[in-house]
Amino acid sequence: MSMAARKPGSLAAPIAIFRTDRLTKLYGAGEVSEVRALDGVDLTLPEAELVVLLGPSGSGKSTLLNILGGLDHATSGQAWFRDRELTAMTDRQLTRYRRDHVGFVFQFYNLVASLTARENVELVTDIAVDPMPAEEALALVGLNERLDHFPAQMSGGEQQRVAIARAIAKRPEVLLCDEPTGALDSRTGIEVLAALDAVNERFGTTILVITHNSDIRRMAHRVIRFQDGRVVDVVRNARRISAQEVEW
Amino acid sequence: MVRLHALDRKLLRDIRRLWSQVLAIALVLACGVAILLTAFGMVRALEATLEDYYGRQNFADLFSTARRAPAALIEEIRAIDGVSAAEARVTGWAVLDLPGRAAAASGRILSLPEGGARLNAPLLVTGRLPDPDSDHEVAVNDRFAQANGYRPGDRFSAVLDGTRTMLSITGTLRSPEFIYALPPGGMMPDEAGYAVIWMPARAAQARFGLTGAFNDLAVTLHRTADLPAVTDSIDALLKPWGGSGAYLRDRQPSHAFIDAELAQLRNMAVVLPPIFLGIAAFLVNMLLGRIVALERAEIGLLKAVGYREAEIALHYFGLAVLVAAIGIGIGWGAGTWLARGMAQIYARFFDFPWLIRPGGVDVYAVSGLLGLAAAGIGAARAALGAARLDPAVAMAPAAPPRFKHGPIDRLVGAMGLSQPAMMILRGLLRWPLRAAMTMLGLAFGVGILVASTFLTDSLDEVIDTSFFRSNRQHASLILAAEAPVSVAQAARGLPGVLAVEPQFDLPVTLRHGPRSKRVSITARPSGGDLVRTLDEAGHVVGIPRHGLVLSSHLAEQLGVGRGDRLQVEIEQDRSRGFEETVTAVTTQYLGLGAYMDLDALAARLNEAPRATALHLALDPVARPGFHAAIKALPEIASAVLLTEIRDSFRDTISENIRRNTILFLTISILITSGVAYNGARIQLSERARELASLRILGFTRREASSILLGETAVLAVLAQPLGWGIGALISWAMVAGFDSDLYRIPLVLTAANFATASLVTLGAALASALLVRRRFDRADIVAVLKTRE
Repeated sequence: MSMAARKPGSLAAPIAIFRTDRLTKLYGAGEVSEVRALDGVDLTLPEAELVVLLGPSGSGKSTLLNILGGLDHATSGQAWFRDRELTAMTDRQLTRYRRDHVGFVFQFYNLVASLTARENVELVTDIAVDPMPAEEALALVGLNERLDHFPAQMSGGEQQRVAIARAIAKRPEVLLCDEPTGALDSRTGIEVLAALDAVNERFGTTILVITHNSDIRRMAHRVIRFQDGRVVDVVRNARRISAQEVEW
Repeated sequence: MVRLHALDRKLLRDIRRLWSQVLAIALVLACGVAILLTAFGMVRALEATLEDYYGRQNFADLFSTARRAPAALIEEIRAIDGVSAAEARVTGWAVLDLPGRAAAASGRILSLPEGGARLNAPLLVTGRLPDPDSDHEVAVNDRFAQANGYRPGDRFSAVLDGTRTMLSITGTLRSPEFIYALPPGGMMPDEAGYAVIWMPARAAQARFGLTGAFNDLAVTLHRTADLPAVTDSIDALLKPWGGSGAYLRDRQPSHAFIDAELAQLRNMAVVLPPIFLGIAAFLVNMLLGRIVALERAEIGLLKAVGYREAEIALHYFGLAVLVAAIGIGIGWGAGTWLARGMAQIYARFFDFPWLIRPGGVDVYAVSGLLGLAAAGIGAARAALGAARLDPAVAMAPAAPPRFKHGPIDRLVGAMGLSQPAMMILRGLLRWPLRAAMTMLGLAFGVGILVASTFLTDSLDEVIDTSFFRSNRQHASLILAAEAPVSVAQAARGLPGVLAVEPQFDLPVTLRHGPRSKRVSITARPSGGDLVRTLDEAGHVVGIPRHGLVLSSHLAEQLGVGRGDRLQVEIEQDRSRGFEETVTAVTTQYLGLGAYMDLDALAARLNEAPRATALHLALDPVARPGFHAAIKALPEIASAVLLTEIRDSFRDTISENIRRNTILFLTISILITSGVAYNGARIQLSERARELASLRILGFTRREASSILLGETAVLAVLAQPLGWGIGALISWAMVAGFDSDLYRIPLVLTAANFATASLVTLGAALASALLVRRRFDRADIVAVLKTRE
């Protein structure tokens, strides 16, 4: 349903896919070591954009991503996915939400070592409602030749692309990436970024990317900077560069 | 082709990757399933076979004997309320002189009613029944015919009531009365040397001078019969004719043995399988706990992409189910094979008309379900824990475990241990439950070995006590009828006899308050040296001139000790009886024992001393002469050659023990290595980075891996005393399980026992830990450090 191309910058008013209202997350609440990971974040993210989240470690990027992805609960405030309030969902509803709408890509690819590339993707297509064939997803990230390789037989970049294929195979509306290039060198990092860009272009999938490489922001439609659990600023790029132009 | 889900393929590959551990667990589980299957299968098969056989052949419910009862009395017995059918027989003893056999054989003569036996009806196996009018035609039990190679038409010589005759075999039979055919005074069936001989009623009555009379009674009862009332009525009717007192199936020798076997099987099914299934559950718990710990990130991912808790839990339960399936498969295979072997052993000792078919679908189903349940219980903690993992937390690197300075820690800290030693110790204290479970698992390995070696020592003790220290005679002659004690003098004159001791057996009921027991008082002269009684410390105790000596087993059942007084009621005549004091308690493993001085018992009965058996010491050189002489003695029912019994008993038992020991040794090594290997592997996966760091800091392989092996070593050593305790407990349970009125085994635990068990298990633990160490030695330390935790 969500795969119809929705180009950003079209004439229609952008539709918000995520919205947060004073979203707050405390770790170790009430203790001396209380950490305010998110401190009243208000955000509206239009759909079909590639959004980069920047900020030092502990600034709240990952916490936001986890709450928007239905992996974590907020302490207070609200978050919506379209018209559904994520912060009001039970664990069961969140599982359903992740299953139907969200794809994840992590810094450490989190592939199942005992399954091949194809099988790792099938892990998701087995439970998705309307998935694309695993082979197609792997072809999209340029891995049609490596279908039957185990993780240990692939490079880091290839493993991460399997992870991306796995994330997009169920045609998610949003793809949440936590430092997807963090463990990669420049060449393989660029391969991965290109794959993400292609998914956004082709399917209009909203992509949120956390990164420490600030040059990647130039690829994004929108850049959000975090500091101490708050959003410092949100910048829209007038001109975007391609993945190949990103400096490492 | 059905496409497997990716998660299911992961499961299959996990199993393949972990095959050695999976197999180790599956084998332990298989032991439980196999024993369950064998024991329950055999119990069911034996019970069903007995019911069927007894039912078809009208096996009697109640038995009695008399010296000579008029034939007309049978009608009065049939009229007793509760009696369904009654049949009178003539029975007697014969000494057989079989061609080609030096020693005398003995025969039990049973009369065959003219219209055929209605109760305890024998089944014709070969040939035909003897002609009712013939005085020399007989049928014999099939086992005896086979053991001696007799066929219908063959003849053998027998001495019946003093007359030597040739008997000719017309056919062979088998009977529900002689499924387990124990010769008088014997301890094991003797197929070639003991015959059951069916003779036409008229001929039997004539031979034993019982024309128009009977001396043996079989009765079947209605389901609703009032047992004590029927017994009393029958005893009252037979009393004037020398009735011995009626008894039920539980005292019928053949049935009592099968019953004891059944009790033992039931016990085996209850005691052993839970131990194996429990250990298997524990091993599954360990293995899955480790896998879940290692796959934290993968589990987090599965949850992140939308797998439900139930799906994840099922995935890990699936692993346990597969382990269980392998174990159950092996267990079923082994159990079927074991049961078949056991059925063959039964076929050797028990004479059933058809093959015992162990098992049945439900026995397989129940043992399989219990195996599954054990694995499921073992998997529960890890599988549910995996399902409950919070995805965001699971994917983050695990926080370093929280170590604390506890009181023990401070104490040990004050001892100034090295850092590696501290690492080992803190590892143990940090996960006390896991350490305790590992220790318990290792202890079970020790315990099972203690219990198996114990059995060897225990049976040695039984053989030594029964055949070398108490029954030292070379032969025993069982008399066909009570005789004056002077018969001993006559026997002294037989060729090759060096010494003779008479024995008199008197069936009685011993009463102490509400407790009572039907036994025989065995009376012997107090100075006897051939057959002796031993006290609880194993010292010889002579039979005192006064009072009653009881075996500890019997004393326990009656709740008496030295100095207590018992009521002795004579079976043949319940109106007679006397009071006696228990003067000593003895150790005895075979049968229940109550002993008195021969003269003292005679005095109590106001009779002259009599004998029912003679024990002999023989001159080995003069044996052939002795055998030839007793073949012609009319007074003898059977001759028991103790030397032969000793040998056959020892052979049978040592063969069984050898098999048992190999089986238990294998099981114990499986358990120990399963636990030790899993424990060390968990250590390795948890400490891989620490140990790699130590290597980089300059620790040698040996130093670094000593931390790995140290924890296993500490636990293995601590497990020993616990294992000894568990072993003693299992042994005790086995002793209790073997306990029956026919035999019991002593609890013999020696230091060598414990030492052997410890050496074997420590060796197995060491070998498994070294396997893990080899893995560590081969690991690329840099790669380990680079991998994300």
